[in-house]
Amino acid sequence: MSVPRLVKVRENVLKHNDFLARELRRDFEAAGVFAVSLVSSPGSGKTVFLESILRSLRNEYRVAALVGDLATDNDAARLARANAPVRQITTGTTCHLEAEMVRDALDGWPLEDLDFLFIENVGNLVCPSSYDLGENYRMVLMSVTEGEDKPLKYPTIFNTSDAAVITKTDIAEAVGFDRDEARASIRSVRPDMEIFEVSAKTGEGMDLFTARLVEKMNSAAMEAAGGRRQAVVN
Amino acid sequence: MHELSIALSMVDIATETAERNGGGKVTAIYLKLGALAGVVKDALQFSWEAACADTVLEGSRLVIEDVPVVVCCSGCRAERKLDSINRLICPVCQQPTPAVVQGKELEVTGLEIE
Repeated sequence: MSVPRLVKVRENVLKHNDFLARELRRDFEAAGVFAVSLVSSPGSGKTVFLESILRSLRNEYRVAALVGDLATDNDAARLARANAPVRQITTGTTCHLEAEMVRDALDGWPLEDLDFLFIENVGNLVCPSSYDLGENYRMVLMSVTEGEDKPLKYPTIFNTSDAAVITKTDIAEAVGFDRDEARASIRSVRPDMEIFEVSAKTGEGMDLFTARLVEKMNSAAMEAAGGRRQAVVN
Repeated sequence: MHELSIALSMVDIATETAERNGGGKVTAIYLKLGALAGVVKDALQFSWEAACADTVLEGSRLVIEDVPVVVCCSGCRAERKLDSINRLICPVCQQPTPAVVQGKELEVTGLEIE
């Protein structure tokens, strides 16, 4: 029996996904589109929230959405009511989106015709955290019915997101939601996280949120332009 | 559960590495797993046998090294290891510490080939 030989390796297990995500990020930047992804548990209100954002942005900006779902195209049909181009990614049994699925879904879509691209992930707070989709901004949503300690139960997804959005605030009082406790839970797992509180139903907090998103897009565009100028100088 | 797809990616990496190194049967694989990598260790171990079926890794051991979260505390100006990923707070000065410098690893570091 031969003695096993040890071969040293240093390879990121998700290198294929990360490579494609970097390519996507470069394509988004070159086309001047700001990509925003949404993750949350099933039923936290991602689709209605996104529908509301698409409606308020579409008069001034060119918006589109990709929506991931395990089995149906119901969400895409709902988002299409907002009169924005929507494409569905049906993942089958896969519990998260991967960069390859995003790339394939964007095939033939002229990105330069867009200002914002929204990517709604499959409802899941665990698996999406490992996969970079090339997005500029990742939002994690939690509704007031889910319990204030949700971030403590799913720290990784909160840690890998750029902003937390507390949804369904119109029923916060009825369900005894403790805002301060929820905010403390979020900041415990991600101390510098930006937090928004919204109700897509009543519109509360939505204007503030979309204004912030536009601000983020503008500063990303300025940075990209600065980077390009730098490249020319060099 | 995405651990099976993670396990399958590891099998691909190991198969390619073994081929590049003269072939043979892979008897063990070493993985660094960060506490913030979003991968559940038990689920990954559970998926391992199935992922290796009918490959050069069949019957191989998966050896996982846990990598704790290390943050850079701006108050202490020092790196601090955290016991929990639920509290990103410096264990020494109690200041919130968002700067994660270690703990997101998901990396194959070695193979034993026979």
